[in-house]
Amino acid sequence: MKATFHGGVHPAHSSKHATSSLPVRDFVSDTVQLVMNMNIGAPSAPCVKKGDHVLMGQVIGEPVGPLGVPVHASVSGEVVSVEPLPYLGEVPPMCVTIRNDFQDEWVELNPLGSVEKVDPALIIPAIKAAGITGMGGASFPTHVKLSLRPDQKCDYIIANGAECETHLTCDHRLMLEHSVRVVDGLRAAMRALNVKEGIIAIEDNKPDAIEAMTAAAKDRTGVRVQVLKTKYPQGGEKQLIEAVTGRQVPSGGLPIQCGCVVLNVATCAAIADAVIDGRPLVTRLCTVTGHVRQPANLRLRIGTITNDIIGECGGYEDEPGKIFFGGAMTGLCLPNDTMPTSKSTGGIVVFSKAEARSMEEGPCIRCGKCSEVCPMGLNPYMIKAAADADDLEKAKKLNVMDCTVCGSCSFICPARRWLTASFKIAKSNIMQQAKKAKEAAAK
Amino acid sequence: MSTILFAVIMLGAIGVIFGLVLTFASKKFHVDVDERVEKVRACVAGANCGACGFPGCDGFAAAVVEGKAPVNGCKPAGADGAAKIAAIMGQEVSDEERMVARVLCQGMKGVAKERYVYDGYKSCATAAGIAGGPKDCRFACIGLGDCMDHCAFGAISMKDGIASIDEDKCAACGACVEHCPRGAIKLLPISQSVIVRCRNSDIARVARAVCSDACIGCKRCMKECQYEAITVENGFARIDPAKCTRCGACAAVCPCNAITNANPVPVEPVMQ
Repeated sequence: MKATFHGGVHPAHSSKHATSSLPVRDFVSDTVQLVMNMNIGAPSAPCVKKGDHVLMGQVIGEPVGPLGVPVHASVSGEVVSVEPLPYLGEVPPMCVTIRNDFQDEWVELNPLGSVEKVDPALIIPAIKAAGITGMGGASFPTHVKLSLRPDQKCDYIIANGAECETHLTCDHRLMLEHSVRVVDGLRAAMRALNVKEGIIAIEDNKPDAIEAMTAAAKDRTGVRVQVLKTKYPQGGEKQLIEAVTGRQVPSGGLPIQCGCVVLNVATCAAIADAVIDGRPLVTRLCTVTGHVRQPANLRLRIGTITNDIIGECGGYEDEPGKIFFGGAMTGLCLPNDTMPTSKSTGGIVVFSKAEARSMEEGPCIRCGKCSEVCPMGLNPYMIKAAADADDLEKAKKLNVMDCTVCGSCSFICPARRWLTASFKIAKSNIMQQAKKAKEAAAK
Repeated sequence: MSTILFAVIMLGAIGVIFGLVLTFASKKFHVDVDERVEKVRACVAGANCGACGFPGCDGFAAAVVEGKAPVNGCKPAGADGAAKIAAIMGQEVSDEERMVARVLCQGMKGVAKERYVYDGYKSCATAAGIAGGPKDCRFACIGLGDCMDHCAFGAISMKDGIASIDEDKCAACGACVEHCPRGAIKLLPISQSVIVRCRNSDIARVARAVCSDACIGCKRCMKECQYEAITVENGFARIDPAKCTRCGACAAVCPCNAITNANPVPVEPVMQ
């Protein structure tokens, strides 16, 4: 039986055709720029200075705070600059720029060997040391996700291979080309948490990946493949849990509260690299597609500049309208093409001018389509009215905080209302308000 | 005929009975309201802008009578309103000058360098969070109208990508100041007409690279000012309104047009 969740939409899956059959190839550029805020939480503190020679995998950013993760040099070479540079957020983060000497000299690694034999207590420290964050897009530190409190119990670990986003095919290629690594990573996480059941969830539009993963999972303890219906946002953490286990994450809660941990397949592969080879997270797969001359699936060093990547893919087809990190539904729009990739950049999608144009917002006709498709069961048109009126209390009552900002409502709205965008703002305003209230209470 | 008569009598009788009940009720359940509350309520602006910090104009009027709010607490009502309220309350009103909101940025299209073309949700707060905002200058007015949306008096419009405030309509309620993600709007006394319309405190090279009207801290204004009203600190000029005579000499020499003389008030320079 193909599992699924309630609601959801069907964006054009044809956007994946350009790259789904292209094997992954390597691309190494002559400079990389590593931003220090690749994780949720406090940015890492750079621990190298201009002129230093660094080796591949050397720690260049020390973790800060409870959600901190280290940043590693993704090439060997000379540090050209350590300075704040504009990035996607409001405040320019510290960036370490390294000129590649193309020697790929690794620092001394500390491999732990086979995932089935390693001491389970060593797995989570190895994940932390490797600087692994969620590679599906949210960049949540994986070692924090896997560190359960004594009162929490995990029944399932789900490897998320749904890849429901439009355009992206890198997880698909990963499952085809490195199936065993994905299963190894899942097993490592299962052993670390002493979980009996590991599920690899894949949408049914990737039959070859299902086949490859089923073959890789054969004879492995407790691992099975679950086929999912192709629907967006099937790969959303909460939707995936509902589809696979039938459980629902409580409002405002975390997956662990219903006994699940969800890891992206790329994160699983990174865990396997960290445990088996002791290798930190310095490369990742990335789909480059849209209006570029030669769309491709590339294995990139983290911190590769977008411009270099576009050059590797034959340049723009015509003048680009928008460039995204990530897919068209949840991707982040870049201000220009000088931005470096991060640990969570699974795709670079280029839109033409015509595709990128914004639609004029029309009046709501109360058709209710947004409520029909909302995977979280919210009423977007009502929340939008509250958000537009700056009525945060009402928006909160309508559970805007449960919105996962998947974009399904904006996608389906016949009046082209900017629903998701206003929820994002309302959510950040509510969080700011709560923060202010907390600060006031502390005084 | 008798039917009509019957109906008229019946309705009349019901009306009389209800009237008596209501009269009784209004006497029996009468609540004493300080008549000054009504009078104060009539003197305030009535926009329910909330700038006084009380729940609407009714709340403010009650607070004034209870002595919890100052008589000049309603900024939109202005000096006239404050004087009237003071008269009702039998108090003196302090002779505070009328304030107006002013945009401390001139980074309109073609002046401030654009980092990217913003085509998203029309909100300054959102745009400010995307790669540091659509303008290169981190102090610049973003020009998507968050202040305009929150102005209850229709005093703000967007011109050439920056906010422009109609000072006649401005009631100095401060809603725009609160909602500007860049803090580019400030409430200033209306007579303070010579102002530095820029907040860029970066070094000259950086400031000039992002905007041709940025204050570069060159100190020419400081040298020109006869009244020692201008100080340049952190690469940025400040005018002391107490010393400034609004002569406008600084505005005339500013190489970047960063100092403006908004509505020149002929003030005789006080020669010492």
